[in-house]
Amino acid sequence: MKYVLMFTDAGPAAWEAAGEARSKEVYEEMFTWFAEHGAAGRIVNAGAELQPVTTATTVRTGEAGTAPVVVDGPFLETKEVIGGFCIVDVPDLDAAVALASTWPGLQVGNTAVEVRPIVDHG
Amino acid sequence: MHGPPADAELARLVRDEAGRLVAGLARAIGDLDVAEEAVQEAIVEALEAWRRDGPPPNPGGWLTTAARRNAVDRLRRMALHRTKVAALARLAEAVEPAAGGRVAGVPDERGPDERLPLLFACCHPALPVAARIALTLRAVVGLTTAEIARALITSEATAAQRIVRAKRKIVQAGIALRVPSEDLVGRLDTVLTVVYLAFNEGYLTSSGDRAARRDLASDARWLAALVATELPGEPEALGLLALLTLLGAREPARFAADGGLVLLADQDRSRWDAAAIAEGTRLLERAAGRRRPGRFQLQAAIAAVHAEAGTWADTDWPQILALYELLRRHDGSPVVRLNQAVALAHVCGPAPALAEVDGLGDALRDYHLFHATRAELLHMLARPDEARDAGRRALALTGNPAERALIRARLAR
Repeated sequence: MKYVLMFTDAGPAAWEAAGEARSKEVYEEMFTWFAEHGAAGRIVNAGAELQPVTTATTVRTGEAGTAPVVVDGPFLETKEVIGGFCIVDVPDLDAAVALASTWPGLQVGNTAVEVRPIVDHG
Repeated sequence: MHGPPADAELARLVRDEAGRLVAGLARAIGDLDVAEEAVQEAIVEALEAWRRDGPPPNPGGWLTTAARRNAVDRLRRMALHRTKVAALARLAEAVEPAAGGRVAGVPDERGPDERLPLLFACCHPALPVAARIALTLRAVVGLTTAEIARALITSEATAAQRIVRAKRKIVQAGIALRVPSEDLVGRLDTVLTVVYLAFNEGYLTSSGDRAARRDLASDARWLAALVATELPGEPEALGLLALLTLLGAREPARFAADGGLVLLADQDRSRWDAAAIAEGTRLLERAAGRRRPGRFQLQAAIAAVHAEAGTWADTDWPQILALYELLRRHDGSPVVRLNQAVALAHVCGPAPALAEVDGLGDALRDYHLFHATRAELLHMLARPDEARDAGRRALALTGNPAERALIRARLAR
C-alpha cells in the first residue's frame, strides 16, 4: 500500500537550539534514511523538502461567481506546518508507522510525521 | 415467550460464531467493511428468526449461509468496482453449501482461529478508543449496534457512526488483520485495555435495569479468555482473565434485593462464587509463574487478597498497599494512586491518605470517585462540612443511578 509521509517543520528556532553541528548530523541522517529506504524499494517517490512556511502563498475559492483569491501566507493557521513529504510503498499501516518512527527529523524540536494512505484509482 | 435468558443464550450462540465469520469473510473478499456488514445483517436476521422459531440445530451453519448470501448481495451492488468482481465470483460459488454444510472458498469456521488478528485490528492504536470498544463488540463479539448503544449508554446513531468510521479507517488506512510481529507486548496492552474498559462498562453500568441490558462483563471475560488461550505465553493476558474472573466472582453479592449496588465492604461474602475465586487464583498463579509482572496481574493480585479475606475487617491492607506500590511502577496513573490512597487510609489512617488524594486534584477534578473518596476521608476526619461539599461534587459528576444512590445515602448520614 502507498502512503504519503508528511514531515512537520521543526522551525528555525528548534534548529538553532539544536546547534549547527547537531543540525548537520541530523541532515546527514535524513539523506542516509532516504538512500537506505529508497534502495530497499520502500520509498517510491522521494517527494520534496519545502521552503519555510513564510514563503507560502495560497489561492482559495472566491465569492460565488468571482475568480479565486490570492492570499498571503499558508492556507491554515496551524502550529504544525509541513516541511516536506515522500511517498512510500509498504505492506500495511504498521509498516508505514514503523518506517515513520525512524524519521531522523523527529530528533529535532517537537515534530511529527503524518501518515496518510493514497487513494488507489487502480 | 422468550425472555432475557433465552436472548442471552442466543447471544452466546452468536458470539461463538461472529468473530470467526467476520475474519473468514474479510479474508475471502479482502474487505472488512463489507464482511462485517454482511455478518451483522445475518446476526440481526438470526436473532429475529431464532426468537420466533428457536435456534436451528446448527446455528453456525445458519449464520455462515446467511452472512455469505448477504456478502454476495452487497458485492453485487458494488460490482461496478472491478476489484470486487473476482471476490464475488469466488463467493458466489461458495454461497450454496454442499451437503453436510461444508463450503468451499471460505476458510472453514473451525479452522485456525482468526479472531485474534481481527481483535488486534479492531483495537489498533490508530483508532479512537471509543471506536475500538464499539467495533470489538460488534465485529468480534457479534453484538448488534442497538445492544452496543445500550451497553455503552450512547445513542444508536453515535455507536453506528463510530463503527462505520473505524471500519473505513481499517480498510482505507491499510490496518492489517494480524497479530503484530513487532511490539507484541505494547499492542497486546492496547487490546487488553479495550477488553478491560468493556468489562468496566458492564460492571459499573449494571444497575436495577440490568436485565434489559447486555451483560458486557461476561462478554469481556469471554474476550479475555480468547486472548489468553491464543497467547498462552503472555502473562498479562492471563492476568486480565484472572482479574475479570475474580471480580466476576463477586457478582452474586454486588446487588441488593432492590437492585441497589452493595459496596465491597458490605457484601455478603458467603455469596461470592468460590469456584470462580479458585479459578481466578489458579490463573493468576500461572501468570506469575512467567515472572513478567504487569498491571493486570497486579490488579488481579489485589482482587485475590480481597477474595481471601473472610470478612471486610480481615482484609490484609498492608499486603494490598504493597501491591499498589508495585502496581504504580507499571501504571502510575492518577486513578491507581487514588486507589492506593484508599489502602493507605486503612494502614496509616485518613490524614496521610487525604494528603495524597489532595495532590491528585488537578488530574482527577472531573472524576466522581475522586470526590467520593475525599468525602469519605473527610468524614473519617470529622470534617463534615467539607465532606458534604465533596459528596455533592461527586453526585454532580455521577451518571450511573446505582452509584448515585450510594453517594446520596452517604450524604444523608
